[in-house]
Amino acid sequence: VIGVFAQAGGGGGGGPDCPSPDPQAGAFVDAFDFIVSQRESISGGVCVGGPGELWDLGVSHMSVSLAAMALAIVLTVPIGIWLGHIGKGEFLAVSVSNIGRAVPTLALLAFFVAFVGIGFTNVVIVLTLLAIPPILTNTYVGVRQVDQEAVNAARGMGLREGQIARRVELPLALPLIFGGIRTSAVAVVATATIAPLANVQSLGNPILEPQTYGNAGQLGAAIVIAVITLITDAGLGLAQRGVTPRGLKVSAVGQEKARRNPFLTLTSRRSETA
Amino acid sequence: MTHPIRAVTSLLAVLLLSVAFAACGGDDEAEQQPAGEGGGGETTEQSANLIESDPANEGKEFTVGSKNFAEQYVLGEIYAQALEAAGFTVRKQLDLGSEQVAYRQLKRGNINGYPEYSGTALTSFYRVKIDDIPRDPQESYEQLRDTAAEEDNITALPQTPFQNTYVVTSTTETAEELGNPETISELAEKAGSDMSISGFPECRQRTDCLLGLNETYNWEPEFVSSEGQYEDLDQGQADFTFGFSTDGSLALDKYATYEDDKQLFPPYYVTFLVNEDGMEALGESGQQVIEQVQEPLTEEVMRELNSRVQIDKQEPEQVARDYLREAGFTE
Repeated sequence: VIGVFAQAGGGGGGGPDCPSPDPQAGAFVDAFDFIVSQRESISGGVCVGGPGELWDLGVSHMSVSLAAMALAIVLTVPIGIWLGHIGKGEFLAVSVSNIGRAVPTLALLAFFVAFVGIGFTNVVIVLTLLAIPPILTNTYVGVRQVDQEAVNAARGMGLREGQIARRVELPLALPLIFGGIRTSAVAVVATATIAPLANVQSLGNPILEPQTYGNAGQLGAAIVIAVITLITDAGLGLAQRGVTPRGLKVSAVGQEKARRNPFLTLTSRRSETA
Repeated sequence: MTHPIRAVTSLLAVLLLSVAFAACGGDDEAEQQPAGEGGGGETTEQSANLIESDPANEGKEFTVGSKNFAEQYVLGEIYAQALEAAGFTVRKQLDLGSEQVAYRQLKRGNINGYPEYSGTALTSFYRVKIDDIPRDPQESYEQLRDTAAEEDNITALPQTPFQNTYVVTSTTETAEELGNPETISELAEKAGSDMSISGFPECRQRTDCLLGLNETYNWEPEFVSSEGQYEDLDQGQADFTFGFSTDGSLALDKYATYEDDKQLFPPYYVTFLVNEDGMEALGESGQQVIEQVQEPLTEEVMRELNSRVQIDKQEPEQVARDYLREAGFTE
């Protein structure tokens, strides 16, 4: 799916038309230089680094991560809600999580080659398996911790089980579910670094190819991955706050507002017990 | 006061040694271009092979290091056990990761010596571009020896007879389908760009790997970046793979290799790199031990030793011990 990226410059007699890295530069200066400009590879013959290549690698990195996250969410959230709703399968939800964390992703990569071959699918499956445990556990716990009175009230109002799950439990569990998604996303974006081992280019390339990219490439790519991971975490953190129902925000935000508006305290209390 | 028997024994030993010297002097030089100067000496004659504990080495400490893959473990063990047999006090640090880590440890003095590949050392430590590495083994060794001595005060002892360079391999079936080409040139003509080759991610942008195939051999197979190597071949993930010439798998008869007829790959002979303290501890006799134990290590022997580790899952320590015994270095 993701092709080999065209390289600027290229070998031949004259050598590539980009500068050799400065051997005197300090580690971080050199890494920063790697991020912002092209340079000749350590072993020679090609140009590496710079925003162009990092962008291409980043796009590939994020597509494989996004695919894995989407798949994990679609597969896991419904199961988690259902298990949480019927109140069974705690053992399953917890075990999946624990076992999932114990299995090394790298080993899975090699394992799935036998079934799906080397490539995009292989990496997506492995990253999906990495993403599932936190989402499943959080979804299950999120639904279980929904106030039973709210559920009973909904039932009393005549909502069917499916409706209760969708309209009451899901919204109230969303903050925790998003917490799980957030944890998974950080792990997935960081782990997509190993994708080049299964023929998918990613920001892991500079890290896995020290003789091409050198120390600057390793550190530079690591910095880029760290930044992307932090942005992912922060972005999902905002989203998490966004999806939190107003009633649940009360405890944290409400007290601040309550000082200014005593009337709100009243409504807040109400929504808390609703 | 000299004991008569001891005098006779030492006389015998000297005689044996000189016979051995004379015996191997001629043909050794002829067939071992890379082993280089210094080497020579007490091989061939079984009895002369035995490494004897030298009381002069007592109390001299030497820490042998190695990187973290099968061949390195085996080499590290061979050197360590040989030095031990010669009476040195040897410590082992055989899991140092990449060459960068190992080399740093060597410069810092945490280890005294470790086996490194000439091509790797030139590119990784001294920033020599792959295209600029001399393709002649002796020349590239001399360049490394001089640069290492000058820049880091590190001695590169003479090279092993074997080298561990890249090698293009396929299953024997694939080779047969293509009419058993012998060289990469022939292979490039017959295989065309529809076939695929797998290699470490790093291969993609190296002029002595995929880029070299494109440029030197004008062959542009599809590239599959993977660490599977021979598994990729077995599972049909790729038609060819970049192996290493001493891989244990090549000791099996399942795979065909193709000769690098245009010298795309630079020489990767092993040289034991030693720091200043190490050289002091080793002295003449220690250096001789190093050179002596590596003498029988041809590509074939190294493949066999690697296969014992990689395929038969034996411990490197045991494999090295067996090697030293089989070659007559220890009893």
